[in-house]
Amino acid sequence: MAGPMRIRAASNGTETEVKVLMSHEMETGQRKDPSGALIPAHHITELTATHNGRVVLSGQFGPAVSKNPYLQFRFKGGAKGDKVTVSWVDNKGDKRSDEVVVS
Amino acid sequence: MKSRKYAVCLGVSALALMVPTLPALADATSDGIAHYRELLAEGNPAELWEMRGEELWREARGPKKATLEQCDLGQGAGVVKGAFVTLPRYFADTKRVQDLESRLLTCMETLQGIPAAEVAATPFGKGEQENIEALVAWISAESRGMQFNVPTSHPEEKRMYEVGKRAFHFRGGPHDFGCVTCHGDDGKRIRLQDLPNLTQPADAARGFGAWPAYRVSSGELWSMQRRLNDCFRQQRFPYPLYGSDVTIALSTYLGVTANGAGESIAPAIKR
Repeated sequence: MAGPMRIRAASNGTETEVKVLMSHEMETGQRKDPSGALIPAHHITELTATHNGRVVLSGQFGPAVSKNPYLQFRFKGGAKGDKVTVSWVDNKGDKRSDEVVVS
Repeated sequence: MKSRKYAVCLGVSALALMVPTLPALADATSDGIAHYRELLAEGNPAELWEMRGEELWREARGPKKATLEQCDLGQGAGVVKGAFVTLPRYFADTKRVQDLESRLLTCMETLQGIPAAEVAATPFGKGEQENIEALVAWISAESRGMQFNVPTSHPEEKRMYEVGKRAFHFRGGPHDFGCVTCHGDDGKRIRLQDLPNLTQPADAARGFGAWPAYRVSSGELWSMQRRLNDCFRQQRFPYPLYGSDVTIALSTYLGVTANGAGESIAPAIKR
């Protein structure tokens, strides 16, 4: 059960800047617990950002991405009041999707 | 002969070039560190804790199924804004000086019926401790940008300040080490971390006003209690009990020293 993302989206008229803070363990699968057993990998594998339903960014995440990842990107277009949705899927099939209104 | 003279000339000009670049190099290093910090701060994951803390404050929990909204952090029941910069302070109901964490323990016990002793004995980052970390992140964020104004009017507050001052300057353990060893001089650094001189108001505000903070290295949010624990560990002292008087006294000393000298930026981000 992953916590909600913190998303901010701001438009300057021509471009929209999106900042996303995700709450995820991002366990690499290479660390060991105190008893010496491998901690199984648990990380986001796919990330999708949509603007009013249109995909503006899709990415593949792996074990090299830090815990609680932060992502910032810009796309052309977007206006105040539009909806930006960010969703991810992790390697255990867990999903999370959060939506924000562009300011 | 001619060529040697040329070589000497070259050597001199190379030296002349090098001398002015040395201070510039040092500047570039500290600028580089500052830039790195700026980049880190932009996506501070402490915000995730803040969000959860705000929810926890309003969520009915514990055996009594109550929220923390009637919790008095020193500014009246339920007032959160500005509370962080006036803690630790004396509370008449518990008859002791309390910092944010120990005050939350009191509120959780009296309002929600969650036994304080049990929470205090829970390891950091687990169970109810995790909830306290979220709560301190949100409560401190509500005072972001405010000046420290830790009270010293009550005799107990004055006593705690003096005790904290002594504890801060007390050296001991196998390394004859005290807080003051690392935090008593200006302009010191351990690798990339600047060491604030916590005996001086501006640095005390910068240091004390940065905790609670998200630690990138461990991906956890550390409260002031946990930060102090780490100081005791580095001094090779036994860990103090959670919310014990010595930790509150140290916080009182740091907070009072920071009074009026800077803004709280907590929850900050630390490497």
